[in-house]
Amino acid sequence: MIELKNISKVFTTKDGSIEALKNVSLTIPDGDIFGVIGLSGAGKSTLVRCINMLERPSSGSVVIDGTDLGSLSEKQLRSVRSQVTMIFQGFNLLLQKNCLKNVCFPLELAGVKKSEARQRAQELLELVGLGDKAKAYPSQLSGGQQQRVAIARALATKPKILLCDEATSALDPTTTNSILELISDINRKLGITVVVITHQMNVVERICRHVAIIDDGEVAEQGEVTQVFSQPVSAAAKQLVYPDGISDITANAAQDEHILRVVFNGAEAAKTPLIAMLAQQKGIAANIAYASTKSIGNKAYGSMILSVRSKAELTEAVGYMNSIKDITAQEVTANE
Amino acid sequence: MSEFFDSPEFQEAWEIFRTQFPLAAWETVYVTVVSTFFAIVIGLPLGVLLVTGEKGGIRPLPSPLLKLLNWIINILRSVPFLILMILVIPLTRALTGTAIGTTACIVPLTAAAFPFAARLAESSLREVSPETVEMAQSMGASPLKIITKVLIPESKPSLISNATIAITTVLGYSAMSGIIGGGGLGKIAINYGYYRYKYLVMIIAVVLLIIIVQLFQTVGTMLAKKTDKRLKRT
Ligand SMILES: Nc1ncnc2c1ncn2[C@@H]1O[C@H](COP(=O)(O)OP(=O)(O)O)[C@@H](O)[C@H]1O
Ligand SMILES: [Mg+2]
Repeated sequence: MIELKNISKVFTTKDGSIEALKNVSLTIPDGDIFGVIGLSGAGKSTLVRCINMLERPSSGSVVIDGTDLGSLSEKQLRSVRSQVTMIFQGFNLLLQKNCLKNVCFPLELAGVKKSEARQRAQELLELVGLGDKAKAYPSQLSGGQQQRVAIARALATKPKILLCDEATSALDPTTTNSILELISDINRKLGITVVVITHQMNVVERICRHVAIIDDGEVAEQGEVTQVFSQPVSAAAKQLVYPDGISDITANAAQDEHILRVVFNGAEAAKTPLIAMLAQQKGIAANIAYASTKSIGNKAYGSMILSVRSKAELTEAVGYMNSIKDITAQEVTANE
Repeated sequence: MSEFFDSPEFQEAWEIFRTQFPLAAWETVYVTVVSTFFAIVIGLPLGVLLVTGEKGGIRPLPSPLLKLLNWIINILRSVPFLILMILVIPLTRALTGTAIGTTACIVPLTAAAFPFAARLAESSLREVSPETVEMAQSMGASPLKIITKVLIPESKPSLISNATIAITTVLGYSAMSGIIGGGGLGKIAINYGYYRYKYLVMIIAVVLLIIIVQLFQTVGTMLAKKTDKRLKRT
């Protein structure tokens, strides 16, 4: 379990000081996939770098499985870091080393015997689907493949926690998907706790169970993903869930209008037939108030906000949507 | 044309070439390689210190110490080589027992080249992205491991091409050291060309120097390219 308690981080620069984190408290349970989402500059990277103490918090404490990392020496921290590994937006592979040697790198640091390290590295490359690329150099791989090597490398020391800082932000949607699938596979199979830092809603929706929304160095909202995204309370959450000022939809909804939010998580159906089917099969005419969906392969990702005319229709529509594979729907409550 | 080859000037130059150039060329190469080697042995660690020791580096040095190091390097780099040669004579005597001759000029050459080598190493090491260094830190690498397993190996191609620049520069300096009694092609060029007006001998010496520079450069560039795995494509 990762416990962040009242973390603050102040950077002092020539032009004054920047409060990158303000009293952040989070608890990340074992085996979870925990998302941290926020706009660029919100403090996400600073937060994740506090978890492995690459950045020491100005105040507050980071406790992992009962150990307060603040009380450890640099040397002790270095050994903790073999248990809390990290992948990055830019992959950060060693460009002069082939894939196998890249994966061996953390093992070499840990003093593992060379032959043993090589064997483990090869196994890991196979785990991430690159068993045949052991001798290839990073420059010979695509972005997605490079991130897979980075993941294999991050797993080499059998960590308990994997930190992902914008790990898919440099990748195209299809590759993003396959990397996210790999990450959730790893979480499931190896039971590794994953912390996913991103500015992309769909990343959180796809793989995270819990999410914290971070805005200007503060946690604006946290909880289960379905909860936070269906009933966003804070301004920051609303901005993420309803970009382009769509948050007004609920506020401006007529008395008899009911709003629901539909999330496509790799559903086979495209959005138009879904609305048509809702009309045909249930006799419910829904208005599309907002839609942001993307087709990747044959599958749809993204979200849509619909309005219907009565509470009864709403309940029925939500039930219908939830019965379809890879689609979830929730009622969205009006703003207080 | 054959008149030229039969001329006494050419005959004389040829005689000098035959008897003196092999040794002189060897001396030049020897002095250059050994001086560059020492310059790198001293300069590379200094380059590492300049990069790792700065504020926000992987092992920050006390700021006055870093300033002093930068200052010394800058001063040594601004002293003209001819003057430096004279200034280090006491050191040369202390180390080699003499201030004149082929081996003696290794001392001023190294003194002139190591600050340059330090700056070159610094610029090579800076080519390694801070993200890569951060990756190593996130894996629990100690500063020493980051230097030996990340900074130096990742900048190897650049270090090799900068070492090539260093060696060709030292070669140029070594020719100059002919003036104060250093051996090699520089000495021949000055003794015959400058003092005795035998321009043909001087020209041959200069052409040989050019050929040696070209050789070093070609080999260096080839090595740098060959080691650079970033250039590999499928
Ligand atoms: N080392 C640093 N020195 C000074 N300011 C920093 C440093 N790292 C981050 N910041 C500042 O802290 C804020 C949060 O940055 P960051 O955590 O990188 O945000 P995010 O990852 O959410 O984009 C930004 O204003 C950034 O400029
Ligand atoms: Mg960031």
